[in-house]
Amino acid sequence: MPLHVERVSHRYGPVAALDSIDLDIADGETVALIGPSGCGKSTLLGILGGLLRPSAGRVTLSGALPADSLNPFTYVFQDFALLPWRTVEANVALALEHRVNAAERRERVAAALALTSLADFASAYPKQLSGGMRQRVGIARALVVRPAVLLLDEPLSALDAQTRELLMEDLLRIWSREKSTRVYVTHNLEEAARLADRVVVLSRRPGRIREIVRIDAPVSDRAAIIPDMQRKLWALIRDEAATADREVQDV
Amino acid sequence: MSERQPIPFRGGGFAPAPRRVLPWLVFAVLIALWQAASNTGLLPPLFMPSPLSVVKALVALWQDGTLVGHVTASLGRIVPGWLIGTAAGLAVGLAMGIFSAARAAGIPIVSALFPIPKIALLPLLILWFGIGEPSKIATIALGVFFPTTISAYTACDSVPRNLIRMGQSFGLPARDIVAKILLPGAMPGILAGFRISASVALLLVVAAEMIGAQQGIGAFVLTAGSLMQTDQLLAGVVMLSLLGLLIGWGLGMVERAMLKWR
Ligand SMILES: Nc1ncnc2c1ncn2[C@@H]1O[C@H](COP(=O)(O)OP(=O)(O)OP(=O)(O)O)[C@@H](O)[C@H]1O
Ligand SMILES: [Mg+2]
Repeated sequence: MPLHVERVSHRYGPVAALDSIDLDIADGETVALIGPSGCGKSTLLGILGGLLRPSAGRVTLSGALPADSLNPFTYVFQDFALLPWRTVEANVALALEHRVNAAERRERVAAALALTSLADFASAYPKQLSGGMRQRVGIARALVVRPAVLLLDEPLSALDAQTRELLMEDLLRIWSREKSTRVYVTHNLEEAARLADRVVVLSRRPGRIREIVRIDAPVSDRAAIIPDMQRKLWALIRDEAATADREVQDV
Repeated sequence: MSERQPIPFRGGGFAPAPRRVLPWLVFAVLIALWQAASNTGLLPPLFMPSPLSVVKALVALWQDGTLVGHVTASLGRIVPGWLIGTAAGLAVGLAMGIFSAARAAGIPIVSALFPIPKIALLPLLILWFGIGEPSKIATIALGVFFPTTISAYTACDSVPRNLIRMGQSFGLPARDIVAKILLPGAMPGILAGFRISASVALLLVVAAEMIGAQQGIGAFVLTAGSLMQTDQLLAGVVMLSLLGLLIGWGLGMVERAMLKWR
């Protein structure tokens, strides 16, 4: 689903978070959003998903929604945002309950759990799961509605390095099958270099687009170029991050 | 390094560990000391009867049906009073937790009326409802209403905002966000509030019964005191303690059943 960000700015009271963002995202594209802490990445994602009203500018969609999509925009959250009183299965079913009958719901939930290797934990509660498993539940919950646009806000940053690696492999495997447009916010340059078709580098606050880096190699065949790409992204972001860091300390 | 020395352990303590015997032992020792003081005449029986005579009084009063009558009378006030106060408090408190307008309207009133000791309103309520049951029930309901209101809306505030954002981002209708996210998330706080309101109800029933009632544990304790029957007086107090324990145990069961996920 093509997405158009047109001159979007956002302020929180006196704080300018985003400044005049223009960005077109193609259907089926994966865009990574990187930038120093506090530059407005989550804000932009919130505006994309309709959770925040931008102070100026607008976000539009073009084209028709896929027929089987129940919720055009869904999120995967950094802190998982699971309901602790619901089992894995019930968490995944949450967004289906008010629009899909029980039989189809069971079918969709089972498929999403199988895709995320959670079938054996369907009736576990979140507190019984490891961080990686919890985020798998978050991913299953987002996929079960067949989103046209998947918005991920640092989905792996609450996880340890090994779990993150495993989950990244899972995401690549799932995404090779599920076609959707994806916006992926991250601090991790390797994640950006491995998962994205384009990497949007934002400046420090107020976030402006500093550069857009296209990665042409197919996602399945990137091992060779990832280190170079990481270096390139780091060069773009280093000064911004250092300055942003000092600014935060000044406050 | 020539000699190997063990590293001294200093990580002990500061972690409450359950002890099985100690709690009962303390209880038993205190009662034994009390009995001993009574036996030796250190405690005059009129002012502080021995534990044994309190137990005897308790058994006798229970067997001849006196206590049963008073407990029934008290429960007949606590239960409807608590239910009315809780229902109204939940309705108002949840409205305040969900709607900004209800909160803006409610907070000044609730803050102003909450600190009033509700027993002070009993005379007014007697004027309104007469000396009978309704004025006592109304006092309890009022006393229960305010803490329930406050615990209900603070429990709504304690539901993590990101869970509500999550519900919105998945397109849940507002009704579902309330029923499936806000209410279950607020449940622990609401149930914790029940403990407070139950103890308020117990306090108020005794106070109200001391002011104007023939039946009820409060009335019984007051009469026993004025007749200097201190063993009966203490039997009534022990009954109150048992009642409080029973209510707390019941609420614990409800909590465990409803909050299995914690
Ligand atoms: N609700 C809010 N009220 C006021 N200021 C806010 C609010 N949310 C965010 N901000 C500020 O706006 C700026 C952008 O925030 P945002 O969360 O979008 O940044 P981010 O790039 O996602 O940061 P991080 O990398 O730390 O997640 C930050 O400086 C933040 O302090
Ligand atoms: Mg963020």
